[in-house]
Amino acid sequence: MAIILPGFIVTLLLGGILSWIVAKQSHLYARWISLLTLLANFIAIIIIWIQNMKSPASGSSWILNFSVAWIPSFGINFHMALDGLSLLLLSLTFFLGILSVLISWKEIQSRVGLYHFCLLWVLAGITGVFLTMDLFLFYFFWEVMLIPMFFLILIWGHENRRYAAFKFFIFTQASGLLMLLSILGLYFVHGGQTGIYSFDYFQLLGTALAPKIGMWLMLGFLVAFIVKLPAVPFHAWLPDAHSEAPTAGSLVLAALMLKTGAYGLLRFIVPLFRDAAMEIAPWAMAIGVLGILYGALLAFSQTNLKRLVAYTSVSHMGFIMLGVFSFNEVAAQGVVMQMMAHGISTGALFILAGMIYERIHTRDIREMGGFWMKMPFMGATALVFTMATWGLPGLGNFVAEFLTLVGVWQVAPMLTILAAIGLVAATAYSLRILQKVFYGSPVVSMELTDLSFRERIIMGALVISIIWLGLFPQPVLNTSIEAVNVMLHPNNKVEASVLPSLKTGDAFSLREKGGSDE
Amino acid sequence: MLFLSERKEVVMSREDLLNIVPLFILTSAAILILFSIAIKRNHKVIYVITALSLLADFIFLVTVDTPAKGIIEPLFIFDGFGKFNFGLILITALALTMLSYAYFEQREERKEEYYILLILATLGACTLVISKHFVSLFLGLEILSVSLYSMIAYLRKRKRSDEAGIKYLIMAAFSSAFMLFGMALIYYTTGSMEFGAIASYLAPFSKLPLLMIAGLGFLLIGIGFKLGVVPFHMWIADVYEGAPLPVTSFIATVSKGGIVILLVRFFLQINGHQYTSLVVIFSVVAIASMFIGNLLALQQQNIKRILAYSSISHMGYILVAFLAGGSLGIEAVAFYLVAYFITTVGAFGILTTLSDSQRDAELFDDVRGLFWRRPWTAAIFSAMLLSLAGVPLTAGFVGEFYIVAAGVQGNMWLLVIILVINSAIGLFYYIRIISIMSEKQEAIDRPEVTLKPSVYFISGITIAALVIALFWVGIFPDRLMTLIRFLIFS
Repeated sequence: MAIILPGFIVTLLLGGILSWIVAKQSHLYARWISLLTLLANFIAIIIIWIQNMKSPASGSSWILNFSVAWIPSFGINFHMALDGLSLLLLSLTFFLGILSVLISWKEIQSRVGLYHFCLLWVLAGITGVFLTMDLFLFYFFWEVMLIPMFFLILIWGHENRRYAAFKFFIFTQASGLLMLLSILGLYFVHGGQTGIYSFDYFQLLGTALAPKIGMWLMLGFLVAFIVKLPAVPFHAWLPDAHSEAPTAGSLVLAALMLKTGAYGLLRFIVPLFRDAAMEIAPWAMAIGVLGILYGALLAFSQTNLKRLVAYTSVSHMGFIMLGVFSFNEVAAQGVVMQMMAHGISTGALFILAGMIYERIHTRDIREMGGFWMKMPFMGATALVFTMATWGLPGLGNFVAEFLTLVGVWQVAPMLTILAAIGLVAATAYSLRILQKVFYGSPVVSMELTDLSFRERIIMGALVISIIWLGLFPQPVLNTSIEAVNVMLHPNNKVEASVLPSLKTGDAFSLREKGGSDE
Repeated sequence: MLFLSERKEVVMSREDLLNIVPLFILTSAAILILFSIAIKRNHKVIYVITALSLLADFIFLVTVDTPAKGIIEPLFIFDGFGKFNFGLILITALALTMLSYAYFEQREERKEEYYILLILATLGACTLVISKHFVSLFLGLEILSVSLYSMIAYLRKRKRSDEAGIKYLIMAAFSSAFMLFGMALIYYTTGSMEFGAIASYLAPFSKLPLLMIAGLGFLLIGIGFKLGVVPFHMWIADVYEGAPLPVTSFIATVSKGGIVILLVRFFLQINGHQYTSLVVIFSVVAIASMFIGNLLALQQQNIKRILAYSSISHMGYILVAFLAGGSLGIEAVAFYLVAYFITTVGAFGILTTLSDSQRDAELFDDVRGLFWRRPWTAAIFSAMLLSLAGVPLTAGFVGEFYIVAAGVQGNMWLLVIILVINSAIGLFYYIRIISIMSEKQEAIDRPEVTLKPSVYFISGITIAALVIALFWVGIFPDRLMTLIRFLIFS
């Protein structure tokens, strides 16, 4: 059963290659193969989810675990494990993956094979990030997802795509390298203490770190994650990358790739570097609040629709910083919910922006207006998602933000108040989207067609999910609660079932001179 | 014969003979080619002889069972480290021979002598990696350099090729002179030219004697020139640009690799890590090489020059692993060399297949829109560039990981952080080339001159093998790591 975990990745990788090959025959084949690959993965993860809900794995937060030795000389295992958190994120990944193939159906007409190859490989990288329990492998996937994304922006992006692609790549790669340093630092510190040289997450969990070393190592990880997230001083790549990428690229970036940063904070920073993270928690939370307000402010002043939506992401991701560093269970559950809800709502807004661009070939909201009359269906869905963005009760984002604020209130009331002001700002920019784009008198005189059948399916699926998250959040919360508890309280000892059969760096026992790090 | 008089008599056993056979094979191959040219000039025959003798040499080295550590006093040492790099150099030379055929077939009317020079240069580099004495060091270095003078200027009709040859000649001669002076000073101080004897003379000193510092300094100037590290990097870009493509990749890989190995051996033997002055000098050189190489590469408009400057920074990376020392550091150097060789030969190999008979493909215009004209070529070139940038799935990534691991283990945080910063800077010019390749090109402005498609068949196979090696080492590096470790510890 556990073989399904690498199976997810392998099917995506193979599906990508196959799409590239068959695209020579017909573009349609490439699209269908990508769609079916993702559909198969989605069904598989949903089956696992349902099974898990029926009979939760008792006594362990880990549902599936898979491990084989990969590079034994360095103690690197191909170790993957699935818990509630990864399960949720994987469902989100495959769900939005399906949609990203669907929205590209008409938009992408050039080099279709390569496009689907890149798309599926990005998704494979993201899947790997959510599953892997070996830090080397984690870094590996962390980087693997960049290159296809870089090509997606570079080849199929809008006018300023080169600049955006370079900026995206360099920001994320540079921060990733700092994480690599920290991973190696942790590896050698742990190896020096215990004699077991391993990159395995569960091995490294209990590593005792001197405060100063712990702080530096933590900062290395933190930089990588908050660049991806992004938190405010490191957000510069995001508006460019989001607004220049093709629609599916923006969707994957906003809805999934940003979540890898959030996931990293929860999965690695909190349990591995608890003390150091607690020490900087006030600062991190302050950065989160700053992001909420600053992002909202910038979103309000944009004229480019995609840039506007991009800045709303900056604002929403502030809640994740806030929630994670409050070290509070309720807030952490809010963070998980926020990952899901933001993925869907912001993804939907990017899809809408893409659909509008397909029709009028501009992203400038000054050239839009009165679309409701011409495209009522699109208007209605846009209403749902702007409402979700400003956190209207009944929709997923409300649950997320409410839980986060409730949780943070117990730790930092002042920051909670400031963050709540961000919600008001969110209302302002969300209403501005509606007002400028859909209400008012029509600016363009051209004939606009409302959503096609394919587009209605896409938007319909998104609307249903966001309402489901808003009205019945309990299944999602139930799924992640145990995983979140384990991460917040790492002192509970690690279950023996997930520890890999120890293949540690036998190399180091051979060395006479090695191990000079005391 | 002063230096030989330390030993009463030199007796050569059967094992010693077996050890030295790989050198004989190379020497006799050169002579065989010489005779063969005298009988009849035939490019194909000469090429086959060259390729076969390199292959035979490699097979001999790998299969024939020789004792783990053989020493031929006082010149050579045949340990695992030496043999590994010997083999690496041979296989690289073989790949370059394969790529050279198509390249020279279409260019020069007298192409046969090139292979003699290639074999001799390989011989020189191989001598370097097994030498443990200044005399064998200098002999190897000179065989290598003298062959390179003519190889660089081999395409006589091209102006820049001549210029590059002369430049290299002057620089290399200068650096050899420095090196000789350094050796003389060291000999004066220690009374020996053998690494081990120098080491045992130095062992009691906690600080280096002044003359020794001067001697080592001069020696390092010579080595620095050959490696092309800052501040001895001036010749690199011009020579890379002017030399024929296969020769450029020879300089980048075999020539530099041989010197790196020699440096590692010498430094380890005299236990250089304990002398602060040496470590400081090398750290400064490494940092300067990384920064200056990368920053200059950013400003280039010519792919050969970009690769030239990037090679400066890569030498800086290797120096980080070298400085980290310990067994992990040596492994990292060996591993990185393998990755770097595969990548560099591959990248230059792609350029070779793109070149026409008049000039080498080296401008951005030559690769503009390559993704849409020749998607496979462009994809492979991108893979090679990404490997140079150290992106996962490729050999370059594991190499970089190895170096960083060695640096972190050796607590060289400053160097490692600078390496990381430079890795990010370097990324920019690599992906710039990739983005130029992906630019849309409406009309093909010049006719595609594919000269003789059939000759490119061999180049194609070679490059395919390199690509497989690139990904194989990148995804399943364990075999190579174990091999390196086994050979170093044996």
